Amino acid sequence: MAIQVRIPTILRTYTGGERVVDGSGSTVTELIDQLEADHAGIKERLLEDGEARRFVNIYVNDEDIRFTGNLATPVADGDTVVILPAVAGGSR
Amino acid sequence: MLTIDRATHDAIIAHARRDHPDEACGVVAGPIGSDVPARFVPMLNAAMSPTFYEFDSGDLLRLYREMDDNDEEPVVVYHSHTATEAYPSRTDINLAGEPGAHYVLVSTRDGAHESGPVDFRSYRIVDGDVTEEEVRVVDSYVDGAVDDGTPTDTESPQQKAEH
Repeated sequence: MAIQVRIPTILRTYTGGERVVDGSGSTVTELIDQLEADHAGIKERLLEDGEARRFVNIYVNDEDIRFTGNLATPVADGDTVVILPAVAGGSR
Repeated sequence: MLTIDRATHDAIIAHARRDHPDEACGVVAGPIGSDVPARFVPMLNAAMSPTFYEFDSGDLLRLYREMDDNDEEPVVVYHSHTATEAYPSRTDINLAGEPGAHYVLVSTRDGAHESGPVDFRSYRIVDGDVTEEEVRVVDSYVDGAVDDGTPTDTESPQQKAEH
């Protein structure tokens, strides 16, 4: 069993159009490194200066990782990870 | 071109007016691939700001799960500008994350939050490129095809609709 990772539309160019891909690792950091190995280029869209990007949301089992330890958040086989770009903007 | 029914069009404007001077935001979901904005979903602006909007991250996850369960996608992503024109800002362009969506902007500046015409404009935003598109307001959608209704009200870009 792997970690199921849901990929948003805008990042499916990196996954050959796949909406859901398998991942592995014991933390979100490791998971993202594994995703990068399988889908080159995706990491840069998720991280900036070693941190999760401000306008990309990552959820492990429905919890935003900002509230569970950020990239150090533990993951395990059977978990579901959802990546969603923030819906944000404004006139400023 | 964005084709949208009048009830949804009016609901977006009503939301923008209600939340003025803060920016209002939301989506209109529709069946995947249909390009029909069918289900109006006003969202809370977690930033509660006159110059910025952002969906709450928990709300965002619930919204996308709901759309997944319904085989829907965000056909329209809308927000208001409350002191500037209904044109995507640099921030809007940088943060646009739904290349398949129609980005609708409405402006409630210059007293439009109380009465008079409200700018209602639509754009595609893909890889940093902004393309304005025509907005066609129809009475209803029929059988997946679009019912032109009578009379049809076509708003060309730059034009202000009377409401």
